[in-house]
Amino acid sequence: MKKEIKKDHADLAEAFIRDEERVDWHDGALWFIREKRDRASKQIPEWEALREAASAVKSNVISNLHAYLLQFEENLIKNGVIVHWADNAEEHNEIVYSILKAKGLNQLVKSKSMLTEECQLNEYLHERGIEVINSDLGEYIQQIDNEPPSHIVLPCIHKRKEEIGELFHTHLGTEKGLSDPTLLTRVARKHLRNVFITRRAALTGVNFAVAETGEYVVCTNEGNADMGAHLSDVQIASMGLEKIVPQKKHLGIFLRLLARSATGQPITIYSSHYRKPRPGQEMHLILVNAGRTNQLKRPDFRDSLKCIKCGACMNTCPVYRKSGGLSYHNTISGPIGAILAPNLDMKKHADLPYASTLCGSCSNVCPVKINIHEQLYKWRQVIVKEGYATQTKALGMKAMAWTFSSPATFTTAGKAGRWFLHNIPFVVNNKFNPWYKQRDMPEGPKESFSEWYEREEKKKEQQHT
Amino acid sequence: MTVGLFIPCYVNQFYPDAAKATLQLLRKLGVNVAYPLKQTCCGQPMANSGFENLTQPCDDLFIENFSSFDYIVAPSASCVLHIKDHLHSPQNAEGANKIRKGIYELVEFLTDVLKIEKLDAVFPHKVGLHHSCHGLRGLHLSQMSELNAPPFSKPQQLLSMVRELEQVSLDRADECCGFGGTFCVAEEAVSVKMGKDRVTDHTKNGAEYITSSDLSCLMHLQGILHRNKSAVKVIHIAEILNAGL
Repeated sequence: MKKEIKKDHADLAEAFIRDEERVDWHDGALWFIREKRDRASKQIPEWEALREAASAVKSNVISNLHAYLLQFEENLIKNGVIVHWADNAEEHNEIVYSILKAKGLNQLVKSKSMLTEECQLNEYLHERGIEVINSDLGEYIQQIDNEPPSHIVLPCIHKRKEEIGELFHTHLGTEKGLSDPTLLTRVARKHLRNVFITRRAALTGVNFAVAETGEYVVCTNEGNADMGAHLSDVQIASMGLEKIVPQKKHLGIFLRLLARSATGQPITIYSSHYRKPRPGQEMHLILVNAGRTNQLKRPDFRDSLKCIKCGACMNTCPVYRKSGGLSYHNTISGPIGAILAPNLDMKKHADLPYASTLCGSCSNVCPVKINIHEQLYKWRQVIVKEGYATQTKALGMKAMAWTFSSPATFTTAGKAGRWFLHNIPFVVNNKFNPWYKQRDMPEGPKESFSEWYEREEKKKEQQHT
Repeated sequence: MTVGLFIPCYVNQFYPDAAKATLQLLRKLGVNVAYPLKQTCCGQPMANSGFENLTQPCDDLFIENFSSFDYIVAPSASCVLHIKDHLHSPQNAEGANKIRKGIYELVEFLTDVLKIEKLDAVFPHKVGLHHSCHGLRGLHLSQMSELNAPPFSKPQQLLSMVRELEQVSLDRADECCGFGGTFCVAEEAVSVKMGKDRVTDHTKNGAEYITSSDLSCLMHLQGILHRNKSAVKVIHIAEILNAGL
């Protein structure tokens, strides 16, 4: 079982921040990637036009999803791929299980797939006696540590190499104190190579599904999806409904954007196209809804389905960098996770749209131009309307709105010992207010600007008369 | 041309000097400015917390106070952005529209409407410029570092007109300070860490003053500087542009 997380983002972030040196390191590692992304994007003169094009293609996709999915299915079948439809996580997991069971297989190698994390496939299969090994190095490390990924592209970015060395020492029998990344990677590779050779079933995620041809593209830097898939008798791909691109030529937009946005690389090392099963191989593709059509119905939030899971919004987000991905207690963390999660469970994720200063950097780096920070603002309105805001917050806001609605009340309050000091959430001057834990407030001036202005104007009038 | 001066609630209460500097600066530049005394707040603290439904009285009052002016100017990018994006009135759509179009943050009013090319200001100090996110990514006062687009900066353009002022360059030119309205208390730990890191960027690059077109960011940074007994001060950009005139 994975570690239980019940605290909200602010609590988990506070715990993460206690080790300040670690936060600085985490922040620096992600900022380094943000800077790499900046350099890579600035080498392409048409970068902003590419983002615009990608956004437009995805608008077309989510507006015509029904037709594209049917076209994709038709071509998959033509290519000899077995197609499955799953409305939710449970159905998805059952399908994977039934495929393996039919073949009498009890082992699976899986490359990176946030969808299967979302569906908790590993746990589901484990309970039914099927062993799953994650073959992406970062996910492999997270699996060994029995912890979910903290970042969709860099699953163990919150772990330092010494901690990974310690994990390898405990679980893989490496020498104690070994923390050299190259040596650790070699050890993992040796273990994984053995996994690839012995597994008969491989599952991959899908980065792009081409409706026109029925092929799908899987992008990795490690070639782990390929090794699993090429050595398997049964190849399974799981994809969310929104992963469609209409035509093969559109990959020319998305593949250029994806790696540059994700890590600052010009392209992922492997961008593999899968189209037909090899002779004797069985190829399955599972199309998963899991709340996506529900999001599609929300006009303010449907654009979140354009996401190509590059992780750029996480790398640029100062809140993410200082609080760590696990503080979002959701498979997809960071700004994009905060606009996707409330669709799935609003009560559980009511805190996430508030885990942002609305600075807007996420929207600027997004390769498909999702207005992430505007959606965060809009989710806050929905969460309040649906009754998921805390009662104390609601009362405070009502008092504030009442005071601001009346100039007389406001002025009296301002004069009467600075109404502000008693009512505005961040300045309430008592020991319970978190503002004062690590910050001071400016000393209240003798008079407010309004008082000064009124006095000055009176003086002027008197001079004139 | 008549300009209505909008002084955000917390500036009125805590930073009257910045408000005075804004008024004096505009008057010295020949602008006919009036300050409607019945103003309160733009409604942003409620709206950003998800309580947009409570802001109608604020919106109505704002329209009542400011509808007679050609322009509305405020020394706060954040409040201006809120009005531009969210002020509405089901009863008076035209009035609301006029307000949204006529409101300017001080810096952009100076560069885009008055188009000033020189200032008689002196500020013999090293100054770090903090871009507020609402000014930067909302009002587009400067080019945003994330985009592949030509650089410009309206506040830097104005600061470069001030004699003896030295602008310090920062390691992270436009990162958020972590204030974020109620975020600063709801997510206290993250907010303070973000603020500390912004402060460090300014201090290690030699700033004596941190300036901005938003006092909300500056109040947060000042709170951290003061608690840590730093000699570095915060100052609103209006006070620099009005200095030594």
